[in-house]
Amino acid sequence: MHTMWSGGLKLKGYKTISNQQKSITAPIPNTLIIPLQQHIGQLTHPVVQVGDKVKKGQCIAQSKHFISAAVHASSSGTVTAIENHPVAHPSQLATPCIIIKTDGKEEWITHHGTSNYQQLSRAELRDRIGKAGIVGLGGAVFPTQVKLTPPSDTRITTLILNGAECEPYITCDDRLMREQASEILQGMAIIAYILKVPHVIIGIEDNKPQAYQTLQHALSQTALFPQLNVEIIQVPTIYPAGGEKQLIYTLTGKKIPSYELPAQQGIVCHNVATCFSVYEAIVKGIPLISRLVTVTGQKQGFNVRTLIGTPIQDLLDYVAYHPTIKHTLIMGGPMMGTALSNTRIPIVKASNCILLQDTPPFEQTMPCIRCAQCSHVCPVNLLPQQLYWYARSKEFDKIQDIHLFDCIECGCCSYVCPSHIPLVHYYRYAKTEIWNKEKQKQKADLARTRHEFHLFRLEREKKEKAERHKKKKTTLNKTKTDAIQAALQRTKAKKQPTNNSDKNTMQNDPNPTDSHSQVSTPDKDKSLL
Amino acid sequence: MLNVLFVLSGLTLAFGMLLGYAAVRFKVESSPIVEQIDALLPQTQCGQCNYAGCHPYAQAIAKNEADINQCPPGGEATIQALAELLDREIIPLNEEHGRHDLPKVAIIDEQTCIGCTLCIQACPVDAILGAAKQMHTVITNECTGCELCLPPCPVDCIRMETTTEDIEDWRWPYPNTYTTTLPGS
Repeated sequence: MHTMWSGGLKLKGYKTISNQQKSITAPIPNTLIIPLQQHIGQLTHPVVQVGDKVKKGQCIAQSKHFISAAVHASSSGTVTAIENHPVAHPSQLATPCIIIKTDGKEEWITHHGTSNYQQLSRAELRDRIGKAGIVGLGGAVFPTQVKLTPPSDTRITTLILNGAECEPYITCDDRLMREQASEILQGMAIIAYILKVPHVIIGIEDNKPQAYQTLQHALSQTALFPQLNVEIIQVPTIYPAGGEKQLIYTLTGKKIPSYELPAQQGIVCHNVATCFSVYEAIVKGIPLISRLVTVTGQKQGFNVRTLIGTPIQDLLDYVAYHPTIKHTLIMGGPMMGTALSNTRIPIVKASNCILLQDTPPFEQTMPCIRCAQCSHVCPVNLLPQQLYWYARSKEFDKIQDIHLFDCIECGCCSYVCPSHIPLVHYYRYAKTEIWNKEKQKQKADLARTRHEFHLFRLEREKKEKAERHKKKKTTLNKTKTDAIQAALQRTKAKKQPTNNSDKNTMQNDPNPTDSHSQVSTPDKDKSLL
Repeated sequence: MLNVLFVLSGLTLAFGMLLGYAAVRFKVESSPIVEQIDALLPQTQCGQCNYAGCHPYAQAIAKNEADINQCPPGGEATIQALAELLDREIIPLNEEHGRHDLPKVAIIDEQTCIGCTLCIQACPVDAILGAAKQMHTVITNECTGCELCLPPCPVDCIRMETTTEDIEDWRWPYPNTYTTTLPGS
């Protein structure tokens, strides 16, 4: 049973180029280039130094932050540099990487796992998954242990395994499901145990019947803990069926509102390849140091188990792919992938596919004719045309009002646009501009409070100085008057006896001085005036 | 006739009092225009606008004493935002006050610094750390790049550096679509 969202595209799959043969394993490259940031969240810090010998599986970078993922050496060797190196990113900027010269010995660090994971506490399991550097391998690379720690007030009722793999050409999840079905199910059971979930749904696109059958078969063979109810459902092959919110809607009929996470609706979604990595980490004690990568686009495609950090050139050499000036090299799929500028870029945790295609003919961008084809195919029911107008005129408030941040950048709108307008590029431009404005505002707010405090501090210091000055003055005056008083006292004391006799005489007199002064005062005043 | 007049004036009085009371009781505090202008300024506190900081400049704009194009760090974006707020024409930046440049931070050459504290006194956001005859350093995250610390330094040990763009802060460029010419035109 499934409900269907509106929009989407029926695309030609090109899956058989690479999914017909068993996966192969790439040789160890001479150099591994391992980026410190392969996940969403905080940057990790190297825990090795240049010149250090590292073993396979050794942690080489980690972070104290919760939303982060550790990085491990994919093979044994020597750290030759920790430097900026270009990575697969549309900016073509370089980021910090650890460069390891491999020795080919594949010397493992001592590692151990347990198949008796139910003996361990849930916190311990999460910790092990975090330390193994596992991130979502479907493409979002969000740290898995964070997703396994839902807020205490939410109860997760359904775990969804994403095996849709909806983008054309990519078949690494398909092959993994066919070859490692029981491992995926065991990884799934570990995740279900951690989340205390009674119900699991595995969603697979109906263009992968073998994967579906293998998983069904493995499910009947594998002993999972008994209270777990697992369903495997085939979903229609419509791009982007594997989008998280799209798949959840198809499988459960639940719509996840804007700015909400599936966990708030009691759902958690994990990719099948992530489950396999969880299995490896817990049962075998192996951190995330390799992944299955689809290399395709030419006559014959492959699925290659590749060490994280392998330069793409080594991988292309291994499968005898020779990019020329006529080709376009893409990391990821044809709809959402990133075009690569050179082949020294390493394979990272997010790299599900390397696509070598003939460069399509250049299409001139033409004006929008308001045909609304983009609106029909949008799987999130946005107004792509209106978003385009607002992004083009840089009206960033209005563009947020029509839900720019719900856009999943699937590329359906750009694909169908008869005027070849790079619509998704406009949305990405608007998103990064808005984030930048937000950052600038935070910086300005900080500077404002700092400046206000600066002025307050100056004022306070001025006041304190004045206070000190005044105090000093009064104490000085006081000592002065005190001294005078004391002197007067002394003279008074000396004159004491004579004073007494004076008083007596004055009391007897009718006091003529007082009357005199009363008369004289007005005169004095007049003279003053 | 008289009754009608009484009733109507009574009603007028009653409703007038009700409205007057409501105006006081349910008054909506809108932030004064100076604060709204100040919120749009970049808060570098550099004084390039010829005022002692962003807030004084905001006051001057509010009083119509200063134009909206005197803020080089804010550049075109700030002028646009101010024009929108104040319902004025967008005008180009007055380059007498300086040019819009990439964001910068001050860096102190700690080998040359003699610890005179003059830059600390000049910094409008207290982003320089140090004490007399001790080495000074800039808290980069809090530096606004105002350059006010440069002139007082007696040994010229402070330099301005453009902040390098990292992947986190990278922005997609505005799509470069060519001016279209329709076939046949």
